[in-house]
Amino acid sequence: METASTISTTTAPTTMPGAANGVFEMPKVTYLNAQEGIKSWLLTGDHKRIAILYLISISVFFALGGVFASLIRIELLTPGPELDAEMYNRAFTAHGIIMVFMFLIPAIPAVLGNFLLPIMIGARDLAFPKVNLLSWYLYIIGGALTMSAMVIGGVDTGWTFYTPYSTTYSQSYVFLTGLGIFIMGFSSITTGLNFVITTHKMRAPGMTWSRLPLFVWSQYATSLVMLLGTPVIAITVVLLAAERVFGVGIFNPNLGGDPVLFQHLFWFYSHPAVYIMILPAMGVISELIAAFSRRRVFGYSFVAFSSLAIAIFGFLVWGHHLFVSGQSAYAGIIFSILSFIVAIPSAVKVFNWTTTLYKGSISYETPMLYALAFIGLFAIGGLTGLFCAALGLDVHITDTYFIIAHFHYVMVGSTVIAYLGGIHYWWPKMTGRGYPEFWGKLSALLIYVGFNLTFFPQFILGYLGMPRRYHVYPPEYQVLNILSTAGASVLAVGFMMPVFYLLWSLKYGPITGPNPWGAKGLEWETASPPPTFNFDATPIVTEEAYAYDAEADEAAYQAALQQGKR
Amino acid sequence: MLWELPLMPQQASTIAHKVDALYLFLWGMTAFFTLLIFALILVFAVKYKRGKVADRSNPPDTDHKLEAVWIVVPLAISLVIFGWATAIFFEQVRPPADAVEYFATGKQWMWKFQSPEGKREVNELHVPKGRNIKVTATSEDVLHDLFFPAFRTKADVLPGRYTNVWFNATKAGTYHIFCAEYCGMQHSLMIGKVIVMEPQDYERWLTTASSGTAGQTAAAGDETPAQAGERLFTQHGCQTCHQGSSGALGPALAGVSGAEVELQNGEKVKADDDYLRESILNSSAKIVKGYQAVMPNFKGQISEEDVMSLIAYIKAQK
Ligand code: HEC
Ligand code: HEM
Ligand SMILES: [Cu+2]
Ligand SMILES: [Cu+2]
Repeated sequence: METASTISTTTAPTTMPGAANGVFEMPKVTYLNAQEGIKSWLLTGDHKRIAILYLISISVFFALGGVFASLIRIELLTPGPELDAEMYNRAFTAHGIIMVFMFLIPAIPAVLGNFLLPIMIGARDLAFPKVNLLSWYLYIIGGALTMSAMVIGGVDTGWTFYTPYSTTYSQSYVFLTGLGIFIMGFSSITTGLNFVITTHKMRAPGMTWSRLPLFVWSQYATSLVMLLGTPVIAITVVLLAAERVFGVGIFNPNLGGDPVLFQHLFWFYSHPAVYIMILPAMGVISELIAAFSRRRVFGYSFVAFSSLAIAIFGFLVWGHHLFVSGQSAYAGIIFSILSFIVAIPSAVKVFNWTTTLYKGSISYETPMLYALAFIGLFAIGGLTGLFCAALGLDVHITDTYFIIAHFHYVMVGSTVIAYLGGIHYWWPKMTGRGYPEFWGKLSALLIYVGFNLTFFPQFILGYLGMPRRYHVYPPEYQVLNILSTAGASVLAVGFMMPVFYLLWSLKYGPITGPNPWGAKGLEWETASPPPTFNFDATPIVTEEAYAYDAEADEAAYQAALQQGKR
Repeated sequence: MLWELPLMPQQASTIAHKVDALYLFLWGMTAFFTLLIFALILVFAVKYKRGKVADRSNPPDTDHKLEAVWIVVPLAISLVIFGWATAIFFEQVRPPADAVEYFATGKQWMWKFQSPEGKREVNELHVPKGRNIKVTATSEDVLHDLFFPAFRTKADVLPGRYTNVWFNATKAGTYHIFCAEYCGMQHSLMIGKVIVMEPQDYERWLTTASSGTAGQTAAAGDETPAQAGERLFTQHGCQTCHQGSSGALGPALAGVSGAEVELQNGEKVKADDDYLRESILNSSAKIVKGYQAVMPNFKGQISEEDVMSLIAYIKAQK
């Protein structure tokens, strides 16, 4: 069997998957073939197999969410109606629910986190493998319930479920959808619990907290948010059901309730939830930048603690979604200033990543292109968040397309980009094979261009006043909407390409060996794909994370070049 | 129409240019930081590209001074923006004392407006230029949001409560009104127009335009809200208990608006519009000290618009 010792990370860096084709052989026993048959997958406790289960299901949901997005963009091509209003409302609701609860929240933690967290800390598996499997089943059951609501007629409340519309007026499948989200919430909680305990208890000898890869730090912070925040959404959904099904007056003023209370409860979870979406992405970017510039992440401890700061402060800013909802002006001021403060740790990260490039030995494979795209797009996403936090300005832009543009810059421009970067980077680890670099770069480029063309015009649209969730609109907004739909078509092509070439690579991709990128980190010291229990022997950690030496790597690379020339 | 590409909305209120100034400043700041990051990435990317000879010795691991700079500078900029934006916000949410009050009621999916002169309109709101105007609004069903993009202001409109938006229009013309809170199927058709008129045109319009497209009460005509309130006050029999004489079943209502009311349970509340509304529709919720809970709940019997008129009448009794 191939083991880590066959390749040393200090040899000349070969940074192209497949550059070393022909040199390596597939290891004979891996987590993929250790057991055979569909049953061995559905009953597995192996965190890597569960990650693959998540990868497949999440990709399906992402594609479905994309279909609804296309419907929305087609409708908005012209000012008049193409779909009827009822269908349009169901389409944007389905899009939001799928993308938020079924894709963005689980994507990086459940796929990349599940696969990598135990390996990165030198563990055999997560602390509770069966609970991990349970969390996948909860996700699938919840997802299936929510999808069944969409199949039998859909929901038309928006993913925000504002009351009293959702509890009293909506003629759609609110309860079934809520039940699905409730169950998926438990999937988040169990994953979070597993990650926190694993990080505390199962680190390999020598893997101190200050040696943890930043990806692990960010997963840890994310898990805390999941544990503390998700129960609140669960309670909120129960209260919503109580009013809708049993007529208990909680949110409907006609029944003696308070409609704004729902918004407080909803955002008390859902604002932290945006950090569940972005923190893991930040962790991925730290890994990518370090590996492709051959540098230890600049300001390691600042980057690590900024994740915790975001996780904590993220719980104190929910009220910035309620500036015009009828909450008191003084509450608005407090939430505004806290929102400005929570932006600072994000800024700290951006500056640290950028500085990491300084004196690096930088190469530009697909994952690095995604990482650099992330920095630029996240900067715009974060800075436009300040527009929303600025009270006097938010009064005008809230509930318009400006908000839509802002959160897509953060959620798509940042989270989805980081997710794709991570998938490309760890693909050789997960499958043992490399993807075609040309197609990877082309799709990254298309996504970058398509994304900006889709969402930048929406900032302008929103400031002009176009409200969100409008299926018909005044004609003066058409040009910008056409640009946006055009961009969305490019984006769609960009998103579809990886499906094809990654599937192709499963069979035809070059065999990459344990460490195709010449990167540091325990995950690169075991075989690709790894054996079931990750390591043949428990690794002992003797150095810090990212112990790169750009100067030495560069010298080795130059020498190899010279040799090649001769 | 098709190929015009607008970048900024019309400025038609006294605060519009203030909001725009902040907006443009923030874009300036966004451009500055984004370009700074881009430039740094570009420089490093070219200079330290693998295979390119460069000085890579002793790369720094961390630098506390640098970290302090990029914590303190963004924080300072943020606080400036915060102060600036909050000042604008105070102007947006605090109507001037002399503002004239218009009423709006939102329901799936239309806006009903009433001017202080008694004009009733649906999805159209005529206002004079250069006057401080406060629109007090409530909803008959779900959440809505009264949004005037050209005035850079909006407020959610809630069932069971009053909220308000105020503006002072600076340019005659016709501008959009949007519902900006999702409210169900025809949310995007819950739109209207605000028509800003020169004061003399507005006076002329008041006398000529016919009114009452959606007047709840057929006899509404052009009576002012206070006049309508007086009529309703008799119609619903309020005066039988509230005639203001000693020994009446209910308290005198003259001067109650804005005053402090002591309740049976000893609590003291300010008699604002929300309190008056609740006293009418759901009077048993708060009982005034020294009185019996004999007033019927008028919920479901008096429309939100008529409640607004009754309140206008109560306020007019000094
Ligand atoms: C049967 C007698 C009765 C009728 C009819 C009646 N009220 Fe009252 N009203 C009362 C009493 C008694 C109170 C004080 C106890 C309480 O708060 O419920 C009161 C209190 C109020 C208050 C609060 C006054 C304060 O000082 O806080 C308002 C406002 C009011 N009524 C308005 C109306 C209006 C408008 C109508 C007609 C639609 C009306 N009432 C009809 C008996 C009546
Ligand atoms: C850099 C710090 C950020 C700040 C200061 C910020 C600020 C805000 C504010 C104030 C709003 C409310 C706007 C409104 O409703 O009027 C908002 C909306 C939103 N933000 Fe952010 N944000 C930040 C980062 C993020 C991140 C990281 C994400 C997701 C990963 C995100 C996703 C969203 C979403 C989904 C909404 C829309 C909510 C809705 O449906 O109305 N934001 N943001
Ligand atoms: Cu509405
Ligand atoms: Cu609406």
